[in-house]
Amino acid sequence: MAKTICLYFEIHQIIHLKRYRFFEIGRDHYYYDDYENERSITDIAERSYVPALQALVDMAKEHGKFFKVALSLSGVGLEQLEMHAPQVIDLLQELNHTGCVEFLCEPYSHGLSSLANEECFREESLRMKDKIKELFGQTPKVFRNSSLIYSDEIGAQVAAMGFKGMLTEGAKHILGWKSPHFIYNCALNPNLKLLLRDYKLSDDISLRFNNPDWNEYPLFADTYMDWIAKLPEGENVINIFMELCALGIFQPLSSNILEFLKALPQCAKERGITFSTPSELCSKGKSVGNLDVPYNISWVDEERDTSCWLGNVMQREAFDKLYSVADRVRICNDRRIKQDWDYLQASNNFRFMTTKQNSVGMNRGIYDGPYDAFTNYMNILGDFINRVNTLYPVDMDNEELNSLLTTIKNQGEEIEAKDRKIEKLQAELEKYHPTEVAETAPDAEAKPKAKAQKPAAKPKAKATKDAKAAEKPAKATKATEKPAKATKATEKPAKATASKAKAKK
Amino acid sequence: MFGWEFPPKIYGGLAVASYGITKGLSLQPDMETIFCLPKPTGDEEKFLKIVGMNQVPIVYRDYDYDYVKSQLPSYMTPEDYYNYRNHIYADFSYMHTNHMGCMEFAGGYPGNLHDEINNFSIIAGVVARSEQFDIIHAHDWLTYPAGVHAKMVSGKPLCIHVHATDFDRSRGKVNPTVYGIEKDGMDNADCIMCVSELTRQTVINEYHQDPRKCFAMHNAVYPLSQDLLDIPRPDHSKEKIVTFLGRITMQKGPEYFVEAAALVLKRTHNIRFCMAGSGDMMEAMIELVAQRGIADRFHFPGFQRGRQVYECYKNSDVFVMPSVSEPFGIAPLEAMQCGTPSIISKQSGCGEILDKVIKVDYWDIHAMADAIYSICTNQSLFKYLQEEGIKEVNEITWEKVGLRIRRLYDQLVG
Repeated sequence: MAKTICLYFEIHQIIHLKRYRFFEIGRDHYYYDDYENERSITDIAERSYVPALQALVDMAKEHGKFFKVALSLSGVGLEQLEMHAPQVIDLLQELNHTGCVEFLCEPYSHGLSSLANEECFREESLRMKDKIKELFGQTPKVFRNSSLIYSDEIGAQVAAMGFKGMLTEGAKHILGWKSPHFIYNCALNPNLKLLLRDYKLSDDISLRFNNPDWNEYPLFADTYMDWIAKLPEGENVINIFMELCALGIFQPLSSNILEFLKALPQCAKERGITFSTPSELCSKGKSVGNLDVPYNISWVDEERDTSCWLGNVMQREAFDKLYSVADRVRICNDRRIKQDWDYLQASNNFRFMTTKQNSVGMNRGIYDGPYDAFTNYMNILGDFINRVNTLYPVDMDNEELNSLLTTIKNQGEEIEAKDRKIEKLQAELEKYHPTEVAETAPDAEAKPKAKAQKPAAKPKAKATKDAKAAEKPAKATKATEKPAKATKATEKPAKATASKAKAKK
Repeated sequence: MFGWEFPPKIYGGLAVASYGITKGLSLQPDMETIFCLPKPTGDEEKFLKIVGMNQVPIVYRDYDYDYVKSQLPSYMTPEDYYNYRNHIYADFSYMHTNHMGCMEFAGGYPGNLHDEINNFSIIAGVVARSEQFDIIHAHDWLTYPAGVHAKMVSGKPLCIHVHATDFDRSRGKVNPTVYGIEKDGMDNADCIMCVSELTRQTVINEYHQDPRKCFAMHNAVYPLSQDLLDIPRPDHSKEKIVTFLGRITMQKGPEYFVEAAALVLKRTHNIRFCMAGSGDMMEAMIELVAQRGIADRFHFPGFQRGRQVYECYKNSDVFVMPSVSEPFGIAPLEAMQCGTPSIISKQSGCGEILDKVIKVDYWDIHAMADAIYSICTNQSLFKYLQEEGIKEVNEITWEKVGLRIRRLYDQLVG
């Protein structure tokens, strides 16, 4: 196998929170700074996303199937683009049509749900998967968590969602003597392949490219490819992951970073180096072994851990408070609450509160400092939690609530189905015996029932599915068997009617 | 060194700062300090040589040794007296002197302050001729004329220490006489040490000084004594107390504190506010509190002294210093030592060396109210600011200030 480069870019921008004083708690439920959102996303699109994607499209067109690239979008970033910079989506579509791009999946909110709530993590990841499928017609097979956060447990959860591979950081303290230039697999589930970011080669582009103090400055594509070509024999997978705004924002366009990028495929070809997408690597490549990651790692800061989001007590309080309502938000149907939930989860909100002195690429936005960011976020969170709590009684257990909701939902659907059935039966009755309905009713009932039952049975089956999903957490803790009972109760009539229908046929 | 205040007699922050600087310098073995005060009490600590300017003769009197000895306080020897007497440089017999040939000082800030400043500088001429020294260091504008005089006499470099300027005290409407004295002192100085970058900018922009000779020399704090550390923190889980402590005067921005309190109290019920201190705006503030209808939760305990100050800090959950213009402002550091999180205005010099405090613009009452509310409701923020604040403030020592001053001295001399 020849050396191959896996190039991946991330697209994510948060929805900026507005200045929200505590006086507004309970009065104002809109938390966002529309002006800043529009300004920042248009600026980034103009200076980075559009030229960078245009360059990728050009490269794809010039080199055909030789050049390959992977992209992922966060849901909130995508919403920003849809709202304020649809030209970026058009470019993504154009890139998609070249067939050189693979879209990966990531949590919708770009949040830290993987560290807090498994159900919530699963839900938003699968939602993003559907969204990608809907937008680009691709079903993502490879996953990347927010800021490449990874641990063995997260890997197992991701594998359970059906992904074949996952990207993460080639953190030195995890790898030790090992090289990131191989494919590894999750320690808890060998079916999940791991692609590790080569932070040296990645940061050469995203962090140092335009730094005149760097001893390799100025960096040219052929030098860069020489480094890759000179890697030891057998080290074949070179993962270069970065944010897309590295091209244009972190490294200005005036540094000719796009020219550098465009020259990469040609230089690679000359040295016999190929390009691969993550899913190609995961399906074709062989894992060299387990990678044990007992603690969370990420691609942020020198420590490559979660300390920039959860390093101080304030961040941890905000995090705990936010995810304390995770289950309630998940079971509710309020669209605005669900939307706010996505936006509030974005990890950037926690990063603003960091008190680390040497955070790389730190930009606090509208905030003066960590305390200001914390205060503002907690005010908003206070209002948000109040809203969630008004949906359901505060003193009620989540599980109890869940079971009641399931019962209500199933009953509702049952009633709905029955209503529909009655309506149909009545319609049929009127058709056959427009005048003497009352007399022939018992006789006529048997016949149309078989016909009518089919559509009626369908939504019921669905209802039980939903109920089963909801049943899960309850079973896990073995606290109440109510939901189980509730679903069984509804299951019975559904099954009964279905079998009846079969028999009649 | 020329100073106007020194502990145990404390009029304001100047005494504390003078003590800290000299004490910090005294830790260097090859450093000797002569500190000239208008009227020492005799109870000053003995780590430096105190010269009482009211004991330095400017008119020649010939008394025998024993008589002189009986007339002098314990910190001064007859040899000193004779030494000074032999260096009288002009005929001052027209001045009002006592039987020892010395001038009386009222001390502090009396009505004839300008006369005292002038007398102080006359005597400084005698001291400068008698003593051996390498550097002249003058604290605050009262002693600048003395410093300039000593420089003229001895030719040694003059270093002046700006603890405050008249621009801070008067919000721009400067007293021309004071400004004149300050400006003259700065013009003649070889090195200007300012207690903050904020003050340094004032000195550069308002007094038109060369930025190259202006340096920011931040103050520090002394570690609290054990009995002050042992003052317990009362339990405030039910009700929080937010404190303002300082002179209630325009410079300290008390009205912003009241307005912020009114905003907070509109939405909450478990917070009380306390404005400790006295000053010319006290009555106006009481009136404002009544106008806002928050008098039931807003208290004026009056002037606090000594241990009371620390009890007040310890009994608070938030300390607020909304100064409109503060050259340095040592109070938040003391509050932090007591484990009380502080909110300070961005217009305070101490903000330049503090990180574990919340900084807001003094006029931004919404931000101030928000910060107060946040510390009172979010335990994690309170804990973080408390624990990290103590760590931070413990790193700010006079010893380090002494070393930085020494470095500047070395540059001046060598």
